[in-house]
Amino acid sequence: MTVKTLCDELGWTVLTEGDLSREITGCYSGDLLSWVMSKAQDGDCWLTVMGNINAVAVAVLTDCACIVLTENAALDDEAKARAEQQDVTILTTALNAYQAGVALSKRL
Amino acid sequence: MESIKLHYDVSATDFTRAGAASGDVKRTLKQLGVSPATTRNVAVAMYEGEINMVIHAGGGEIDVEITEDAIKMVLADHGPGIENVELAMKEGYSTAPDNIRSLGFGAGMGLPNIKKYSDEFQLDTKVGEGTTLTLKVYMK
Repeated sequence: MTVKTLCDELGWTVLTEGDLSREITGCYSGDLLSWVMSKAQDGDCWLTVMGNINAVAVAVLTDCACIVLTENAALDDEAKARAEQQDVTILTTALNAYQAGVALSKRL
Repeated sequence: MESIKLHYDVSATDFTRAGAASGDVKRTLKQLGVSPATTRNVAVAMYEGEINMVIHAGGGEIDVEITEDAIKMVLADHGPGIENVELAMKEGYSTAPDNIRSLGFGAGMGLPNIKKYSDEFQLDTKVGEGTTLTLKVYMK
C-alpha cells in the first residue's frame, strides 16, 4: 500500500509531505536512533516518538517510506523544515506504537 | 572510474548539522549508480561516526575516497580518545550523557554499527589525543 492510502484508510495526519505515492513494504518501531539505523529497512513505515532533526536524518539514510509520530508526539520546527527540504513524509497519529503497528499489519 | 575525493568538517555539538556529511555522500553514491546495499552501509557507518564526533569529540574531519572497488572513509578527531576500546565496541555500552540520550542517541550501538557495516575497520585511539577511524566498504 502507498503512504497516501495509509493516511486515507487510517486517518493519520500528514505533517510533512514527501512522496505520498511511495509503497510501504514493512514496518519498524523504535526510538533509539542507532538501533533504528541498524535495523529499519528501505520502504518501512517507521513508528517513533522522536520528532527531532536527527530522526529526519535517520529516515533519509535508511530510506524508510515515512515516519509516523505515535501518540501525537511533537515535531520540532527544525525537524519539520529539514523534512520538507529533504522530502521526508512525516505522519502523526494518536495511537501508540503497538496500536499503530497492529492497524498497519492488517493492511500490509 | 577516477577516484572521487570528498572532505567534510564536522562541527562540535551541532546536532542540527549531524548527518549532513553522510547525507551528502549518500546522494553522491546514488548519483554514481552505486548499489543501494553499498550506499546504505556507507551511510550508516558514516552517520554513526559523525554522531560520535559530535557527542564525544567536539567535532572532527571526514575524508571520503570513492574508487571503482570501494569507498574509503577516514574519520579523525582530536577528542579525548577512547579509554576502553573493548567496552566501547560492545553493543549496549555507552558513555553518552542524559541530554544526548533524550535525543535518541546513546544506545551503545555506534561503534558496533560502524564495524558491522564496514568491510574493513581500523580504530586508532590515544587518550588525550583523539581517535581516527579508517573504514572501507566494498562495492557490491
